[in-house]
Amino acid sequence: MKEGLMNKVLLGLLLGAVLGAIDGLTSWFTPAVRAQLAGIVIGSTVKGIIAGIAIGFFARKVHSLALGILFGLAIGFVLAFLVAYLQHGYYFEIILPGSLVGIIVGYATQRYGAAPAGIPATTR
Amino acid sequence: MKFLSDKAVERLRQNANLPDLSGTRYQLIECIARGGMGTVYAARDETLDRRVALKVLDVSVADGDLARRLNREARVLALLEHPGIVPVHDVGTLSDGRVFYTMKFVEGQRLDKFIETVTSLPDRLRLFLRICDAVAFAHARGVLHRDLKPANVMVGAFGEVLVMDWGLAKILREQSAEASEDDPNGTMLHTPPRPNDGGVQSTLATQATGQGTVMGTPGYMSPEQARGDIAQVDERSDIFSLGAMLRFLCSNPATATNRNRKSQVDKSLAAICAKATETNPANRYATVTDLSADVSRHLDGLPVSAREETIFDKAIRFYRRHTVAILLIAAYLTMRILFLIFSRR
Repeated sequence: MKEGLMNKVLLGLLLGAVLGAIDGLTSWFTPAVRAQLAGIVIGSTVKGIIAGIAIGFFARKVHSLALGILFGLAIGFVLAFLVAYLQHGYYFEIILPGSLVGIIVGYATQRYGAAPAGIPATTR
Repeated sequence: MKFLSDKAVERLRQNANLPDLSGTRYQLIECIARGGMGTVYAARDETLDRRVALKVLDVSVADGDLARRLNREARVLALLEHPGIVPVHDVGTLSDGRVFYTMKFVEGQRLDKFIETVTSLPDRLRLFLRICDAVAFAHARGVLHRDLKPANVMVGAFGEVLVMDWGLAKILREQSAEASEDDPNGTMLHTPPRPNDGGVQSTLATQATGQGTVMGTPGYMSPEQARGDIAQVDERSDIFSLGAMLRFLCSNPATATNRNRKSQVDKSLAAICAKATETNPANRYATVTDLSADVSRHLDGLPVSAREETIFDKAIRFYRRHTVAILLIAAYLTMRILFLIFSRR
């Protein structure tokens, strides 16, 4: 493992959790859902962790920046869509940030995650 | 009465100079380069059925000083078994008394020509790093090249980089006592070659000389070499030549794109070149490895030892290194701010 680089799955998990939590916290700015803030933050963090782990495992198997970003987008979109579907609303407000977070995690795991021993560094 | 034309006379002269390869395993193909001391021919090794480059003395004095020089050059090459250094195959004396050695026949282009096809600065720097590898290896074996320049580097058909022309090489350590006997001052006079357009670089001719002799190539030779100050010539003289080569690789405008031109003025790279080509050897990089490490760090977007950065420089370097990540986060934040603005309306 390269010095200073984190395991891809762990990086995906941490980044997904942090970005998911931040994503959830932003609902504070929407007065209509402010009362459910705790639930939203927990749900969003769990969603971020699931997406991050999936993207991290993908990055470990597939060493391609473009495919990593695409997979991140797909996972982010699907999970956000499911959440919005369960909420019966706020599709745009949930899916767009969720997809963007997926792209960021997809990019970060490919670019900054450490490849397992014996596998060349990721495409830069 | 009919006179021969100059061209015909020259051809006759060349034919008369052709080496007599009878009794050897080599068959002459063509002349590929000429130097002050010898000529390099393409030849076929009939035993192994392969093409080789055969360097042969112009004079037939098997035990003369020039012969010793050529033998010494072959021994230097034999000492340097490295993928980045042209390997020597054989050394001997022809039936006409001329000393020769054979080496790998390199098909490719000289670096100064090849570089015109390489527009990307990072690709040029990666080529440079491979040259550094070969020179660092030679230094580790106690050998100085003393004539490093783009014309003395060949890039093969498969991208292999070979440092050629070790005719001016100096053995620093007494690994080869015989070699030092030949050259007590470790100094030789350089006579530039007259390569034809065959695309193959020859090793150059050398002559023994003493303290105060200027050797090398202007523009690439270190100030101590230019002064003929033999005592000062060491690894750092090669580092000066490498620095001059790096400057050439970074500034060759032949095919540089606009983006590359921006990179040419990159302060880190300019600082690396400046440090490597310092007039005072003590201010240069101590080893080729240090120089190549700085170039590698520059390639990786890391700070280089040749230059102290300001906070602004650090910020620019950080941005260049993480452009996509920064833009993605900026896009996310922008989206959030827009959501906030529109949700308030």
